[in-house]
Amino acid sequence: MKTRVINWFKFASPQGFYFLAGRMWPWFAVLSAILMVVGLWISFFVAPTDAQQGQGYRIIFVHVPVSQMSMLIYLVMAAWAGLGLAFNTRLSAMMASALAPTGALFTFLSLATGSLWGKPMWGTWWVWDARLTSELILLFLYLGFLALQSSIDDPRRADKACAVLALVGVVNVPIIYFSVVWWNTLHQGASVSLTSAPSMAAPMLAGMLVMVLAFWMYAIAAALARVRSIILDRERHTEWVKHAVE
Amino acid sequence: MQWNSVSEFFAMGGYAFYVWGSFGITALVVAVEMVLIRARRRELIEQIRTELASQRTSP
Repeated sequence: MKTRVINWFKFASPQGFYFLAGRMWPWFAVLSAILMVVGLWISFFVAPTDAQQGQGYRIIFVHVPVSQMSMLIYLVMAAWAGLGLAFNTRLSAMMASALAPTGALFTFLSLATGSLWGKPMWGTWWVWDARLTSELILLFLYLGFLALQSSIDDPRRADKACAVLALVGVVNVPIIYFSVVWWNTLHQGASVSLTSAPSMAAPMLAGMLVMVLAFWMYAIAAALARVRSIILDRERHTEWVKHAVE
Repeated sequence: MQWNSVSEFFAMGGYAFYVWGSFGITALVVAVEMVLIRARRRELIEQIRTELASQRTSP
């Protein structure tokens, strides 16, 4: 019997990963679309009305998913950047660069949907409290990463500088997460945590989790699709790219 | 289901602007990102092809 051995290291090269990513991202996109439809259905038609906030609470089904994405993407981005810095692997830095724009967009959405929630419930679009301010700093970290990347011509040097920035910025993520515990903020505490039972009705929790998964799949699809352009751009003078674009 | 009519659904209990605004801006940003990713890829491939073509014509 012949056993087929998959050489996983093949995919660690930009060339191998380019084709792998091309085959994978449509699947993640389809999964995301399906989960999105199910999640929106639960959000609007299954989840009951909130006792305190009426229908206004339904913003939770988009605000919580985009907010956790903003932090999670940052951690993944910093991990890729750190790997690139430690092992000098080209693909890791490209993955970090591919995640940054998506992370920045989710951070913007977190602030925007938070504002739209704050206005009717708190009576203000914005307050300088710990949660909101640290999330704004996260947006600046992403924008700083992207600006630094585009300001250094040599991509390998840009990768190193950006990796240092990304790793230093990681300290901000636990500050965002625990801000509602450490400081007295206007923002409510976590509704869901790993250590205690969720403080919300089951259909509400289900809707939120499905939306979270939908956005995970979306972010993976977006990062994989974007990294293909980054790979092509950086490897443009190689033979395989010449064949790939023909 | 907690909606008695379509208009009640769109009114969102008086929170229409905030609820639809949140979902709307998210949908918009996601759509724009997908367009940008696609556009970047198209432009880049076009650019590389042009480079290759010019290399061939001027040896």
